[in-house]
Amino acid sequence: MYSKKVIEYFNHPKNMGKIDCPDGVGKVGNIICGDVMHLYIKVDKNDVIEDIKYETFGCVAAISSSSMITEMVKGKTIVEALKIEKNSIIDSLEGLPKAKIHCSVLAIDALSESIYDYLKKNKRDIPDFLEKRHKIIVKNSR
Amino acid sequence: MKKIYLDYAATTPVDPRVLEAMMPYFCDNFGNTMSLHSFGQKAQMVLDESRKTVANFIGAKPEEIIFTSSATESNNFALKGIAFANEKKGNHIIISAIEHACIMESAKWLGGRGFKITYVPVDRFGVVNVDDVSKAITKETILISVMHVNNELGSIQPIAEIGQIAKENNIYFHSDCAQSLGKIPVNVNDLNVDLLTASGHKIYGPKGIGILFVKRGVKIEPLLNGGGQELGLRSSTSNVAGAVGFAKALELFNQEEKIAELREYLCSGVLSIPGSRLNSPKTGVPGILNFSFSGVEGEAITMRLDMDGIAVSTGSACSSNKLTASHVLLATGMKPEEAHGSLRVSIGRWTTKEDIDYFIESLFKNINQLREISPFKNV
Repeated sequence: MYSKKVIEYFNHPKNMGKIDCPDGVGKVGNIICGDVMHLYIKVDKNDVIEDIKYETFGCVAAISSSSMITEMVKGKTIVEALKIEKNSIIDSLEGLPKAKIHCSVLAIDALSESIYDYLKKNKRDIPDFLEKRHKIIVKNSR
Repeated sequence: MKKIYLDYAATTPVDPRVLEAMMPYFCDNFGNTMSLHSFGQKAQMVLDESRKTVANFIGAKPEEIIFTSSATESNNFALKGIAFANEKKGNHIIISAIEHACIMESAKWLGGRGFKITYVPVDRFGVVNVDDVSKAITKETILISVMHVNNELGSIQPIAEIGQIAKENNIYFHSDCAQSLGKIPVNVNDLNVDLLTASGHKIYGPKGIGILFVKRGVKIEPLLNGGGQELGLRSSTSNVAGAVGFAKALELFNQEEKIAELREYLCSGVLSIPGSRLNSPKTGVPGILNFSFSGVEGEAITMRLDMDGIAVSTGSACSSNKLTASHVLLATGMKPEEAHGSLRVSIGRWTTKEDIDYFIESLFKNINQLREISPFKNV
């Protein structure tokens, strides 16, 4: 059912845990549906994500997707990070079962939310697409 | 790596003595029971003997035992066969809310073809209340079907009492006994059933063989039409080796099994983990134990245990394609978030204390690690 890569990331998760005093936090998912992801980012003065960690309650795919996105994003600027799409997570994981595609979406959502939180906290301009995405995520998590 | 099988409720290994009994019926005595010659006669004789053994074991007459390919087939046969043979009498069927998918889906299928289905609820331990069954009966009711033992929780249903009510109301009563046969006494007379399902691969027999007990006089339509095997109720070339295996598996149950003792050992070990909870009733069958662990998800636990060579199953949504938590656990009133963390451990004939020690050690380690990852650490 799962690719070798998914199992590897599930068994040896990278960047798990919490960041003390993070610059941005993204909390997505819903425990009733069985997946909850908390993503924490630390951003330097050049808008580079210098550290990223996650805490996830969920299945194998949810944990490996969280783990993968943190690896993909670390060292990237927030502009670059926001360009990551669910398919690049899926491809990096060498595929996800159809029923688990939503786990990669959850990871993308968590990342967007953490960046949204960072921009908001710093009273920066929030791009329209990010504002839109934020509204959809909040609506869906209810 | 060490391999520990704790999923006996999913399927059991074939007992080597069963396999040995079956072996002559593949290459040597391979005859078709419908053939007139000596090959056919031999096959027919062996099939009859197997039928007799099975009938004796459950207190039935040989001509009341129909061999099928699986419990799924038997359950489809029971529901659809009774529904269509008795539709002039009524169109209402009662089942419990915690039936196996093959009953659920058959009922749903009939629901789309003019039959009305009532789902009787269960209490928090997954047990049907007899009064609820009584209340669900209407003038149109033609069949009640309630499983004997639930596959996810191990809860035992009051089958004899429900059967008594069905009898008084002149309604056919069917029970899916796939999870009870071989674990607790199953006798068609004591249980007051008109129809009963059982399966070979849950009792250390082979896959591909099941039975449907159909009490004499019960009006039922066949599912498969053809050469008229199995008293004209289930055409198909007879699976003689399978029938022999089924019968042999039952004969072996005369030996006492020490599952109850192991259950207590397993239970106290698992419940020593903080944030763990037993979902199965204490009065359930000893072999099936369902637990929940707060802050972690069932599929994740199952896959981590698999890495240590341990096989268990989960009722979590993530294990299915539907992404909804188990209908059985939700029917007991469990919250979805609790159901997501559920684990079913089922023990059997070859489970040892050492297996359980190894399992508990691995479970401890993996639950702790998954809680490290989880945002819900406080248990």
